[in-house]
Amino acid sequence: MVYAQPGTKGAIASFDARYDNFIGGEWVAPAGGEYFDNITPVTGKVFTKVARSQAVDIEKALDAAHAAAPAWGRTSTTARARVLEQIADRMEANLEKIALLEAWENGKAIRETLAADIPLAIDHFRYFAAAIRTQEGTSSQIDNETVAYHFHEPLGVVGQIIPWNFPILMAVWKLAPALAAGNCVILKPAEQTPVSILEVVKLIADLLPPGVLNVVNGFGVEAGKPLASSPRIAKIAFTGETTTGRLIMQYASGNIIPVTLELGGKSPNVFFADVMEQDDDFFDKALEGFAMFALNQGEVCTCPSRALIAESIYDEFIEKAIDRVSKIKVGNPLDPSVMMGAQASNDQLEKIMSYLDIGKAEGADLLIGGDRRIEKGFEDGYYVQPTVFRGKNDMRIFQEEIFGPVLAVTTFSDEQDALDIANQTLYGLGAGVWTRDQGTAYRMGRGIQAGRVWTNCYHLYPAHAAFGGYKQSGIGRENHKMMLDHYQQTKNMLVSYDPKPMGFF
Amino acid sequence: MAGPLSRVGHRLLLQEEALVERVDITPEAVVFLDRLRLRHGPLMFHQSGGCCDGSSPMCFPAGEFLTGPSDVLLGSVSGCEFWMSASQFAYWSHTHLTVDVVPGRGSGFSVEAPEGVRFLIRSRLFTDEEAELLDPVTPG
Repeated sequence: MVYAQPGTKGAIASFDARYDNFIGGEWVAPAGGEYFDNITPVTGKVFTKVARSQAVDIEKALDAAHAAAPAWGRTSTTARARVLEQIADRMEANLEKIALLEAWENGKAIRETLAADIPLAIDHFRYFAAAIRTQEGTSSQIDNETVAYHFHEPLGVVGQIIPWNFPILMAVWKLAPALAAGNCVILKPAEQTPVSILEVVKLIADLLPPGVLNVVNGFGVEAGKPLASSPRIAKIAFTGETTTGRLIMQYASGNIIPVTLELGGKSPNVFFADVMEQDDDFFDKALEGFAMFALNQGEVCTCPSRALIAESIYDEFIEKAIDRVSKIKVGNPLDPSVMMGAQASNDQLEKIMSYLDIGKAEGADLLIGGDRRIEKGFEDGYYVQPTVFRGKNDMRIFQEEIFGPVLAVTTFSDEQDALDIANQTLYGLGAGVWTRDQGTAYRMGRGIQAGRVWTNCYHLYPAHAAFGGYKQSGIGRENHKMMLDHYQQTKNMLVSYDPKPMGFF
Repeated sequence: MAGPLSRVGHRLLLQEEALVERVDITPEAVVFLDRLRLRHGPLMFHQSGGCCDGSSPMCFPAGEFLTGPSDVLLGSVSGCEFWMSASQFAYWSHTHLTVDVVPGRGSGFSVEAPEGVRFLIRSRLFTDEEAELLDPVTPG
């Protein structure tokens, strides 16, 4: 069954005609009264309008958050955890609707939002509900009369700037730990995907005290910058690209506040010769792992966009791998049998096309795809063919995050060569290793300079597995209880139980 | 809005002694740049890398983005300095870049996004002749 487009006959969900900001528990019009068009990449058409906020709207949200912060920070972890559990329950009861709206706004296949984005987001709230309840401070006996107590305290009011590739899931990755830890949040969604998270907020608004969660939409330069540079936030979290990441660090340095950054990668996916020793389920899984570059249309920070294949198996392996890629079903994201939908925006489509050009110009061999795809009935949508190039690791298509369904393939001679190529990148977010040999898997897993090495799997994102980057891929770890540390102060109370003076004065 | 990629070649024919510039800009992008300057004053570019809107040239008020020893200045386009991180330049140095503009909705703090457009980089390889006459980059 193909889902009906939101707002049309038979649709399970619809969008509003216009969206305001969510500030202090209320829907508040932007001070300037302006709204910007929101386009669905599925058809390339405008489907709603969204608040175009300015610094004054950010200030309003900061006022609401600061008003709410003392009480929320003192709310017991039991009560805060209960709120997160209720949010999860509410989202679960509306999973299919949220999945539809997310697919329509972002262009991704509903097959993915139903099975991954939204279930993972729901589980994330439950995970951090558990994590905050089980978190403990410490007490240390320094000597017989002196004890050091360590308490976790919320930072206060934090800013979070969310990317457009997983608009709801990435928001929840940041929101769940921040709220669990007792912070109030100003969330600035990406301007390409400003609305689906607001549909989630509509569902859960009554569960949170006013001002604990505030969502302000607008353009980066007009709304994101006043948030990131505000002296009234205690921390800023950002997922995106390196130049904005640096600028956010620069603003944070002015206020001497911490940042967490997730800035992408150019993740290697390494296939050793022994994957082909048998034609079994494992080899089939490895071929699926090769095709994972097309997940979410390649718009994933950890997209396995470089495949490194043992040269001894290259010809046989690539034939089967390209056959697997040829079976990727591209098209209407609302058809649950479709595996790959539309790129998120026109400029994203243009950028991918520019990389297909440079790949060809640099002399990479085009193995499959290589062009835009015109979908019947969706002629103005932003579709690209899954594309595989063969080339060398110093080519630009091997070094830059295209953020599209474009894979760059090369070969390696031995394990050391594989490790060298894998690490020849500015980034270090994800990596994949495929082998039947545990020793190879262990050495590669430890040797690759990346925060996450998927071993005989790829693109799994369970809560409780830390996610974050080495090198230029960023700072901090998400998706794990250690994320709480990024949203908490450590209070040390150093207590003397000795009644006698020290004797210095 | 494809760029006039023959422009560097044309310049080479006219002035054989001139160094080959690394960055160029399309007339369409100049129009937007001029419009943005009226509102924001002098501007600069810093070429981004990484995810989401990575690989986009980010346009800021001049001096807004602090460049330093980890950056290189590739040149200027229409009066705007064009910067890139030195580590990224190591992989880009063999390509000529043209700043173009396309309809779009970019993230980041780039100043053109509210106009409903996005600056975009188009690239081509330098020819062997050009490669010998390349304008050296300036460390930040």
